Amino acid sequence: MKPPRFEYRAPSDVEEVVGILTEVGDEGKVLAGGQSLVPSMNFRLARPGLLVDINGVKALDYIQRSGDRILIGTLTRHSCLENAAAVPGPLGRLLATAAHHVGHMPIRVRGTFGGSVAHADPAAEWCMVSVLLDAEIIAVGSRGRRTIPAEDFFRTVFTTALEPYELLSEVILPVLPDSARFGFVEFSRRAGDFAIVASSVVIDVGSNGIINPRVALAGVGGTPVRARSAEAVLAGSAPSAELFRAAADAAAGDVEPMGDIHGSSEYRRHLVRVLTRRALERAASEA
Amino acid sequence: MWVGRRLRRVEDPSLLRGEGRFVADVARGCGAIRFVRSPFARGRILSIEAPEEATVITADDLAEIPPVKPMLHRDDFIPVEQPILAKEQVTYAGQPIAAVIAPTFEEAEDLAEMVFVDIEPLDPVVDLDHALDETAPLVHPHVPANTVIDASLTTPGFDAAFHGAAYHVEIDVRSRRENATPLEARGSHAAFDPRENRVTLTASTQGPHMLRTALADLLGIPESELRVIAPDVGGAFGQKYSLAMEDVVTVWAARRFRRDVAWIEDRRENFASFHSRDQRYIVTGAFDESGKLRAMRADVRCNVGAYSCYPVTCGVEPLMAMAELPGPYDFRNYAVRSRAVASNACPIAPYRGVSRPVITLTLERLMDKAAARMGIDPVEIRRRNLVREFPYTSVTGLVYDQGSYVESLDRSVQLVDLERFRADQRAAWEQGRYIGIGFSTFSERTGYGTSAFAARKMDITLGYETIDLAMDPSGSVEVRVGASPHGQGLRTSLSQLVADELGIDPKDVRIVHGDTDRTPYGWGTFASRSMVVSGGATKLGATELRRRLADIASETLEAAVDDLQFHEGKVLVRGTDVGVPIRDLARLAYHRSDKLPPGEEPGLRVKATYDPAGTFSNACHVALVEVDLETGAVAVQRFVVVEDAGVLVNPMIADGQVHGGVAQGIASALYEELVYDSDGNLLTTSLMDYLPPTIAEVPLIEIDHLVSESDATITGAKGLGEGGTIGAPAAILNAITNALSPLGIEVNETPATPERIQKLIRQAQGAL
Ligand SMILES: Cc1cc2nc3c(=O)[nH]c(=O)nc-3n(C[C@H](O)[C@H](O)[C@H](O)COP(=O)(O)OP(=O)(O)OC[C@H]3O[C@@H](n4cnc5c(N)ncnc54)[C@H](O)[C@@H]3O)c2cc1C
Repeated sequence: MKPPRFEYRAPSDVEEVVGILTEVGDEGKVLAGGQSLVPSMNFRLARPGLLVDINGVKALDYIQRSGDRILIGTLTRHSCLENAAAVPGPLGRLLATAAHHVGHMPIRVRGTFGGSVAHADPAAEWCMVSVLLDAEIIAVGSRGRRTIPAEDFFRTVFTTALEPYELLSEVILPVLPDSARFGFVEFSRRAGDFAIVASSVVIDVGSNGIINPRVALAGVGGTPVRARSAEAVLAGSAPSAELFRAAADAAAGDVEPMGDIHGSSEYRRHLVRVLTRRALERAASEA
Repeated sequence: MWVGRRLRRVEDPSLLRGEGRFVADVARGCGAIRFVRSPFARGRILSIEAPEEATVITADDLAEIPPVKPMLHRDDFIPVEQPILAKEQVTYAGQPIAAVIAPTFEEAEDLAEMVFVDIEPLDPVVDLDHALDETAPLVHPHVPANTVIDASLTTPGFDAAFHGAAYHVEIDVRSRRENATPLEARGSHAAFDPRENRVTLTASTQGPHMLRTALADLLGIPESELRVIAPDVGGAFGQKYSLAMEDVVTVWAARRFRRDVAWIEDRRENFASFHSRDQRYIVTGAFDESGKLRAMRADVRCNVGAYSCYPVTCGVEPLMAMAELPGPYDFRNYAVRSRAVASNACPIAPYRGVSRPVITLTLERLMDKAAARMGIDPVEIRRRNLVREFPYTSVTGLVYDQGSYVESLDRSVQLVDLERFRADQRAAWEQGRYIGIGFSTFSERTGYGTSAFAARKMDITLGYETIDLAMDPSGSVEVRVGASPHGQGLRTSLSQLVADELGIDPKDVRIVHGDTDRTPYGWGTFASRSMVVSGGATKLGATELRRRLADIASETLEAAVDDLQFHEGKVLVRGTDVGVPIRDLARLAYHRSDKLPPGEEPGLRVKATYDPAGTFSNACHVALVEVDLETGAVAVQRFVVVEDAGVLVNPMIADGQVHGGVAQGIASALYEELVYDSDGNLLTTSLMDYLPPTIAEVPLIEIDHLVSESDATITGAKGLGEGGTIGAPAAILNAITNALSPLGIEVNETPATPERIQKLIRQAQGAL
């Protein structure tokens, strides 16, 4: 469990990072928090010839508001988002809840938001949140900058729309209205483990029932997914125990989970039903 | 008195400051060894190709080393030989096939990847039940039915007692495969000294003397050409007692290439080092009308993997199960068949508790099930069956010394406030919450010596411990012990024993262990034995030294030996303030031998050996759990231990042993499982797949101690290192079963994972 030989460079601005990535192509890998990359190198699952360490690129570490959008710089550490006040309104509370589920404290202090999204673990909290909220993912390459919608970004396990020469620089999330409520429920065997299944929901209850329902799931396939039929069940109806149960059933019907030693396909589907109902109940009771 | 005090451990400051010295700290700047391991569970080796000029060691290079052949001298045992490196065939995934040596560990791993082993895979057999199937492939052609040990025993009159009973309660218990998972994996560093033609092996081991003997035997060298040092060892739990094939290669390479080399095992390798558990017990208890157990029939099957561990052999699990299955219950009719079953899985070696966690799980589930069948309270059925009079001779002939089986149960009922819990439970059930309570009463055989080991009929009879104890001219004491602690705090506890005997401060006592050049031959630390056996030897030695000092003091003080008192570094004449500092006596013993009483030897050195028959600790564990019916998750809310290990030399250290043991018991009960696929590939290869519980999953463990006065040991201390691990799985599975009793669910398999429990729930609800 020692990595193969690699070179190391630590540029200090985005242009230089992109320059190096363009120059080395497939050989290069961005090193952010290192909490996924370094273990994979030790297991020899990743064998980069060159590590491009971006920890010195201070311009990538920020949380900013721009109108009704929140811009999260790729180097933002998980732990920064554990503080609900870092981002205004319900979104801040949602991010803080999700952040708290990411690994253990030392991992949260080091690991980064953008690193998690780029790594694309199908059970990762930030990947699910990105899909839940229709995040826009900003990639910077030598040919400039492009915006990728979250649902197009995640291709399959550990695979994204990023090109090897591209840097993920920012993730953009919509500010949630103050009336929005969220539920975030995850099931893992031990505190700090990757979720076996996680379910997250955002609802807004108006006089005509639920508006803009969002339901996203993690741990059910190669990428996080939206449970569209669950959303359809919820939209326009008044919250109730039966409605939540029906939506949860619909969510379970939306997925075809892959089984592994952590949970069979059948058990994961069962968890989708249980966790989605609980997430909705939590959203309904969120003050 | 120092015994009985919660003295802080002398071991800790250096460890906490990062000043510990482990094998990997020693293994710097030497040749790095990396093993090429079998990717297949079973197959024929067709060829091995390596880059030219690389240093690669294969079975051909080791032709002069005989295979390892762990022996039991019993008719029901078929010995199996294990080559140091796989020869012609591979028998489990992870088996070492070749070794490479490179300047760094990174390069060694690079090189190992370039060694190409062409293997023709064959169908393996991995699963316990499959291995016993008539159509299963044979792991070793000379072992019919894959059965390495097939032992049985039936007491006279069994049939009548069994069939005549009023109730027959059957239980089928399964434990899955586990790994001891020490924080530090294994490893060894062999330094070659050309001047002395001698290797110093620094190894992460529990038994340096045993390791030296094993290596010298295999390499065909006198033991004097090898020194074995156990430096700081980061946990072992049994895994580091058995001989590692890798250590043989390390020493061989140091001698062959006349250089320093090291092997430092990584976590992934450790997952295929030695496994544990993987057993199935099918037991029927025959009870009379009053709930008294009259007879027991048992079928014990242990999947021992591809080979037998050295020196204790794969017999350790099934044979201990056969002898100790009766546990703390009194009955006289017993029929048992116990088998060790070979498979193409990693070999099994003893792990904290050995077969007793599964024994206890089986018995305690049986008691709860019988109680439910007969409408008796689970506590009451235990009261009716527990051993009460001592010494008690069990149906298999084991002698239990004074214990507190019933008392520990009664005390724990009080501590958990059972009445109140039952009321809370009824209310919870009504609200759709599932809380449960589970009891586990058990005996723990500890500190056994030669007579007990002789009964196992191994090539080597373990058992005694020896110490060398010396007071130097400055009055400080050094005790050299054959035991080899690796986290147990034995240096602290032994110093407390010596301090009381000699009336000195424990700070003036230094305990030396883990070095074959500096310590007398001994068996090391395992089987909850060191406090009893090495502690006993230490006490004997200290008593003898005290006698010597008293003789000298009696002359100096002109007082009778019986009037002398050892207190705070002085020998005093009782009832006066006349006395002499012990350090003056020490100086005199060395430097003024002209003044010694006639017949008294100069210097102050003694040697002592202790070899007890053994003693039984006992305990009652109680778990309170809540089950999430929808997910199947179990939360352990309270865990209470009432433990009786006799005199506690250092209660803080004793509590630490209980805490760690219970945590490992919770691990067995709920979390840890090594998973193979049907091709024999190990799927759990990292700590993200294999799940030791963290502090978040282990509740505060509440401990109460009872102290039975037993004369089975000279210190009054009994062993307790394994009890936590032995009792906890049963308490937890009983608690889960109790919580789910409205659904009529029985949980008889460890680990009781959420998915397994959820499946049982859905079956019970008719959803499956
Ligand atoms: C014990 C443990 C438990 C964990 N539990 C969880 C958990 O419960 N949930 C969870 O979500 N995560 C968990 N993680 C992973 C952790 O969150 C990582 O921090 C995260 O997955 C990766 O972020 P990083 O900054 O560490 O990225 P790195 O490890 O540095 O990189 C990960 C990958 O992303 C690429 N990359 C990183 N940044 C960029 C960028 N800006 N542009 C392009 N590519 C980039 C890298 O090249 C690499 O391929 C756990 C990790 C550990 C060790």
